[in-house]
Amino acid sequence: MLCQSCEKRQATTHIKTIVNGELKEYNLCPECATKMGYGSFFGNFGFDLDKLFGSFMESVGTGRNTKRCQCCGSSFEDIAKSGKVGCANCYDVFYEELLPSIQRIHGRTSHTGKLARSAGTKVRIKNELTQCKYELEQAIKAQEFEKAAELRDRIRELEKNINNADINGKE
Amino acid sequence: MPEKKYENLKDVSDVVISTRIRFARNLKDYPFPCRLNDEKKCHVAALVKEAVLDGHSAISDRFKYIQMSELTQEEAVSLVERHLVSPEFISDRQGRGLLLLDDESVSIMINEEDHVRIQVIKPNMDLDGAYDLADKIDTMLDEQLNFAFNDKLGYLTQCPTNIGTGMRASLMMHLPALKESNAMGRISASLSKLGLVIRGIYGEGTDPKGAIYQLSNQVTLGISEHEAINNLRDIASQLITQERTARETLAKNMIIEDRIFRSFGVLQYAKLISNDECMQLLSNLRFGVETGLISSISFDTLNRLMIEVQPATLMKNVGKKLSPQERDRIRAELVRTALLQPKVPANRRLEN
Repeated sequence: MLCQSCEKRQATTHIKTIVNGELKEYNLCPECATKMGYGSFFGNFGFDLDKLFGSFMESVGTGRNTKRCQCCGSSFEDIAKSGKVGCANCYDVFYEELLPSIQRIHGRTSHTGKLARSAGTKVRIKNELTQCKYELEQAIKAQEFEKAAELRDRIRELEKNINNADINGKE
Repeated sequence: MPEKKYENLKDVSDVVISTRIRFARNLKDYPFPCRLNDEKKCHVAALVKEAVLDGHSAISDRFKYIQMSELTQEEAVSLVERHLVSPEFISDRQGRGLLLLDDESVSIMINEEDHVRIQVIKPNMDLDGAYDLADKIDTMLDEQLNFAFNDKLGYLTQCPTNIGTGMRASLMMHLPALKESNAMGRISASLSKLGLVIRGIYGEGTDPKGAIYQLSNQVTLGISEHEAINNLRDIASQLITQERTARETLAKNMIIEDRIFRSFGVLQYAKLISNDECMQLLSNLRFGVETGLISSISFDTLNRLMIEVQPATLMKNVGKKLSPQERDRIRAELVRTALLQPKVPANRRLEN
């Protein structure tokens, strides 16, 4: 097959791109492929999810916000345009602005699962509580009542701790 | 007998090629990689490297550090072809580093989209095994690196699509029968409603070469790692069953059977094979092995070939740059040699 661009040399590169849902296919020789920016193996690989995410958020962020993250200097506009959050602190600074997009992407807004070492006590207790409640359900189903009683006591203790954590403020 | 295999959901090696678990993590005290200059990136790389290599764990000694900017283009692309790094990772290699376990089952990308990407790959379907290993490495690194974490949003990542667990679990699956029956569009649409996504072999936006697909979880926030994995496993089981049912029907089709044996013939005797043709033929051959029409070839051989025939890996193994035609010649030779085994034609029809 001849190259579709120069129509002289043999086509060795087959390129498929999907732009706005429209599939386009080209057969190119190595020279033309390089010229058109498909030279490196994965140069033009796939669509840009970041941009997609950026366009997601533009509807939320309008110019009036001049608040900046004190750690990395990003404004919410920077984040919305690039689809990239600047640093961990940005998630605190722009929490309200980011939340609608997060909700749209994940359908949920609060984390469950593994906790990092830096996680607060309250969230640790909550996590263990969820785990204990789940185990309690399993134990009752399996009619392991001794284990269920132990778990029930542990749950009571955890619930007390969580209230204390509330009184002592955020950890 | 092939019939038996169809009822078995424990051994799914006829559909699932490999399992992958990936964690996205960031250092708390550094801006995400998009806001780092090369100097700061090197700083982060040095910290992660130290945390892994000096970690007090038996596995630490088995890691090797690779400075990405020092690799040749072939070596770098070959890492992608072997699924050890993402295509994104090699697009700009400045300030990026890779920690690779000696058996290549664990790779830790430094300064990809996030500071740290821990990836574990296991052959066949082994979600729990892969998760346990990734979890251990993550815990070991968190002790020294202090990962960015928020009580409400979980692990924080550069792209909000990964926050929460930061975990992507995926299965690489060979689905020739579902592809042949044009079912993939419908399946892909219904999967997205379940928080899962199915795409081509090299991830985002890539073409499913040789009917190989990657099934993975999409949602990472508000769903625990175990729930996400169980969910993926459930859906994968359904897909496996669907694929096997479709295969049963297709294997009886003379046109399909003819295509399988023709592919086997070409692979055994061709002198020049392009990469795309090779992937397609190997996929057809795998289909033949999966349906029991061909029994002299193992899945291991096929899985290995599908990676070794890739252009950059091929050049890396030969040790020099090759023109496309030279590659096609060596590729054909490679396949011929691998398939040249004692040939007992699996002519079941005569036995019956």
